[in-house]
Amino acid sequence: MAEQGSIPLIWRRYPQRYRLEGNKCENCGTYFFPPRLVCPNCRRRGSLTKHVFSGKGVVESYTVVHVPPDEMAGQEPYVLALVRLEEGPVVTAVVTDVDPEDVKIGTRVRLAFRRISEQGESGLVCYGYKFAPEKGF
Amino acid sequence: MRRVAVIGAGMTRFGERWEEGMRELAVEAGVRALESAGVRGSQIQALYVGNMSGGRFIGQEHIGALAADYLGLNPIPSTRIEAACASGGLAFRQAYLSIAGGEFDLVVAGGIEKMTDVLTGQATTTLGGAADQEWETFFGATFPSIYALMARRHMHEYGTTEEQLAMVAVKNHDNGLKNPYAQFRKKITVEDVLNSSPVATPLKLLDCSPITDGAAAVVLASEEMARKITDDPVWINASAQASDTLALHSRSSFTSIPATRLAAEKAYQKAGIKPKDVDVAEVHDCFTIAEIMAVEDLGFVPKGEGGKAYEEGMFELGSDISVNTSGGLKACGHPVGATGIKQVAEVFWQLRGEAGERQIPDAEIGLTHNVGGSGATVVVHVLSRYPDLRQR
Ligand SMILES: [Zn+2]
Repeated sequence: MAEQGSIPLIWRRYPQRYRLEGNKCENCGTYFFPPRLVCPNCRRRGSLTKHVFSGKGVVESYTVVHVPPDEMAGQEPYVLALVRLEEGPVVTAVVTDVDPEDVKIGTRVRLAFRRISEQGESGLVCYGYKFAPEKGF
Repeated sequence: MRRVAVIGAGMTRFGERWEEGMRELAVEAGVRALESAGVRGSQIQALYVGNMSGGRFIGQEHIGALAADYLGLNPIPSTRIEAACASGGLAFRQAYLSIAGGEFDLVVAGGIEKMTDVLTGQATTTLGGAADQEWETFFGATFPSIYALMARRHMHEYGTTEEQLAMVAVKNHDNGLKNPYAQFRKKITVEDVLNSSPVATPLKLLDCSPITDGAAAVVLASEEMARKITDDPVWINASAQASDTLALHSRSSFTSIPATRLAAEKAYQKAGIKPKDVDVAEVHDCFTIAEIMAVEDLGFVPKGEGGKAYEEGMFELGSDISVNTSGGLKACGHPVGATGIKQVAEVFWQLRGEAGERQIPDAEIGLTHNVGGSGATVVVHVLSRYPDLRQR
C-alpha cells in the first residue's frame, strides 16, 4: 500500500514512533500521544511542549487478530491492544513477547521497540513501538 | 428552516454485482427513486452522492459528475460527499439542508459503492482508511479489530456475551430473509455465528458485515413541492450530526460511540420526541457489537443492557422498536457509501406501508443512524408521517 509505505511518510514520524515523543499542554496539563498540533481543550490558549513518554502502560482492551492487513501477513495471530500510558493517553499497539492467552484487561506492559511491518512491493521495513508484558506482575 | 419531505426511494439489490459497474448501479437506483416519486429527471435541481472510495475500489474519482452524467441530469450541480461509512447519511443531510435553507425544492440524494472488483485484502485495506492511518492502521489495526477492542471492553464492563453478539446477526439475517434487496437471504443460528472463523476476537466472520456492491437513492422535496407531487410524503423531522476523534484510542469511551449519543440527543430534541417513541430504526451494525452500542447510545435501552435485550428479543421485527428491518448492514449488505441512503429508503418504505413481507404494523416514527469509521462521524435522522411531531 503506497500510502503507508512512502519514505517521507515513514521518516516524518520517527520521533513519535521510535521514541514515544508526544506533548503536553502547559495550560490544562493534558498529555497527548500522538502529539497534538493544537490542544483540543484550550485551542489557541494552549501551550504545547514536547514530552517523551515513559513507555509504561496498562492494557485497557485487547483483541487477537486472525485476519491481518497485507503488510502484516504472517504475523497472525497477534494481540492488538489499547494501552493506557501512565501519563494518560491511550495508544493502539501490538502486545508482543507473550502467549496471546496471557493478555488480559489490566495486564501491565512496557514499551518494546520492534519491526512493525513490511510495506508492499518496495519491501520497506517499518519500525515502531509495540508493548511487552512487564515482568514480575 | 423550511420543512422537507422524502417523496420517493429506490435501491439496487445489494450483493456481488459482477455484471454491473458503478454507473449501472447508480442509474438503476436513481431511476427507481424517480419512478417511486413520480417525478421526471428534468425537475431535479441538484444531486448529492455518498461514496467512500471509488478511487481505491475502481480507480474512479469525481463520482458526483459521473452520477449526474449517466443519470442524464446534467447540467445540475452534483456533489460527492465522503465520510467513510457515513457518506450516504451525510449526502442525505446535505440534500436536506440544501432544501431547508431555501436553495432548492427538489433534490436527489444517492449513495453508491462498487467493492467487489478488488480482492478481499485490498477491500480490507481500503476500508482501513476510515481509521487513523498513521496511528491505528500502521500499528496493525484492521477495521474489525478496532470494533473488537470495543466489544472486549463492553464484555468486560457489562458482562455482554459472545452469544448475545451472535443474536444480533441472527435477528438481522431473519429480517434479510424477508428483503428482496438483501445480500444474504439465509437463516443463521447462534451456533453458526459462534462457529464461524475468528477475524479479531471476540468477533467472528458472522459478526461482520460483508463486502457489497450496491446503490440507493431517495428524492427530497420542499413542503410546497411535496404537497404538489404526493399525498403520502414522509417528513424529515430532524437531522443531526456529530464528530469525534478519528482514532478510537483518543475517545472518552471505548464501550459507546459518544458522537451517536450527541447526534441522537440533538435529533430527539429537534423532533420533539423521546427514544421510546421510535417505531422503526435502521442503525449502523457494521459489526454485531456496533448494533448493541447503537441501541444503548440511541437511548432504546440503558447503557450496558444492550446485550441482554437481544436475549429478550427486544428489537425483533414487530416489537416496540423494530431495529434493522432491512437486515441491517449485516444481512442486507454494506456497500459503504450507499448504506446511509438505504437506511432512509427502508424507513421510508416502512412508514408508507410499502415494506412487503417485512412490514411492521402502524409504523409512524422512524430513525436512521449512520456511523463513519469507528465513530468519528455520526449522523442521525428522524422521519415520520407527521410534518411536526409536536402537533401529532
Ligand atoms: Zn490544553
